Amino acid sequence: MIMTVNGKAAEIPRDPRVSLLDFLREHLHLSGTKKGCDQGACGACTVLVDGERVLSCLSLAVQFEGRSVTTIEGLGAPGRLHPLQQAFVEHDGFQCGYCTPGQICSAIGMAEEIARGVPSHVTTDLGDEGIELSHDELRERMSGNLCRCGAYNGIVAAIAETFAAERLAEAAE
Amino acid sequence: MNPFTYARAIDTSDAVRQGRAAGVKYLGGGTNLVDLMRETIERPASLVDVTGLSREIEELPGGGLLIGAGVRNTALAENRLVRQRYPLLTRAVVSGASAQIRNMATVGGNVLQRTRCAYFYDGAGSHCNKRDPGSGCDAIDGFNRNHAILGASTSCAAVHPSDMCVALAALDAVVHLRGDGGEHQIALADLHRLPGDRPDIETMLEPGELITAIELPALSATSRSTYRKVRDRSSYAFALVSVAAVLEVEDGHVRDVRIALGGVAHKPWRAARAEAVLRGGPAAPLAFATAADAELAEARPLSGNAFKIELARRTMIAVLEELAGEIA
Repeated sequence: MIMTVNGKAAEIPRDPRVSLLDFLREHLHLSGTKKGCDQGACGACTVLVDGERVLSCLSLAVQFEGRSVTTIEGLGAPGRLHPLQQAFVEHDGFQCGYCTPGQICSAIGMAEEIARGVPSHVTTDLGDEGIELSHDELRERMSGNLCRCGAYNGIVAAIAETFAAERLAEAAE
Repeated sequence: MNPFTYARAIDTSDAVRQGRAAGVKYLGGGTNLVDLMRETIERPASLVDVTGLSREIEELPGGGLLIGAGVRNTALAENRLVRQRYPLLTRAVVSGASAQIRNMATVGGNVLQRTRCAYFYDGAGSHCNKRDPGSGCDAIDGFNRNHAILGASTSCAAVHPSDMCVALAALDAVVHLRGDGGEHQIALADLHRLPGDRPDIETMLEPGELITAIELPALSATSRSTYRKVRDRSSYAFALVSVAAVLEVEDGHVRDVRIALGGVAHKPWRAARAEAVLRGGPAAPLAFATAADAELAEARPLSGNAFKIELARRTMIAVLEELAGEIA
């Protein structure tokens, strides 16, 4: 049984008790994905599965046969940061950094949801196809990622700037 | 987590066949079950993964929808037909959990999720008749701010945590089941039980029965509907009180009304008394207040949750006024 992690094939463990989070951290030694609460309350373990953000702590690795998982290590590295990683640095989007990999994976998943027109709790018009990433939409859609340092202002600024720039680039093409 | 075996069902028949064995649990998104297994509150001998099954949303003749039990919460909320025809359902789904959890959670699993009562979760230190029948209930005289005001018993005052189910109850949704005895259907409003003296038995499901789909009857084109959730923080929190309502007004009078309450009972609470007061009468603030009072006349607060009675009253009135205002 194989899943793909950051583009590489990985053998899924036989013991079905192994969570996707423990598989990434303890088996593959990809410790960028963080274990915060281990019960689905904090979002620190957020990864992308086939482009969708999920909580790896509440996922059993065995459920992901044939799927493609992207962690923070698959997004960027020192010297070649993902634009959102760079924006987090520039906007002080963290203090201790523990929630940061989850915040970044979550925000990338969120951008895809916005592009697809997925409504949120604060979306006024459910018929709206082109949802703008307003301050309220961004904060609501990122509410599953907690930051105990309270770096939210920097996090919001980094995400807003990055995806506004992406939209401008797309519009220019 | 206790050891268990894992198998993926290839289709519904395969799932139900595997589900006959003792100690089997069906696995959806895992957002509740995996957590409960880690806490050793759930100790299945084997998991049958049903996430690959029933992932379609189909249009039914007459304007209804059939939603597969394996549809993810996000896919349900974003579906064009759901947004157009049942806006309260999209509103309810997106008010629950976080985006990550909604990407994982399935419709069937959402229906069967278990209470977040802290005493139910505290396996090492608390008495709970739901977790350990006959052991007592520490919530009744404990921290019960989040607990039930309607339909509770001396055995249990836990509340059902789902937002989606509150909307489904107001929509007269029908649950499609498949078990050893074949297929059958049950109204969502009848699926969950009140606690009585057996709070450990939460639904009318027979052992091994699998939820395969949720059927939504058509709504009248002139009705309006919404879902309002009141909680301690503005996002990512369970409801203190929530209200799902469908209102149809003709010439200033209530032609049809469906109201369900969340956060107040062991099941999604269909407000039949309030509906009876309203149906055929004026769609006016005084009637809305009278209806809310009628529904809540049977409410019985615990030491820490009397505020929920007034909160439920005001939320019901506010939602009905909002819907009547849209129509007027």
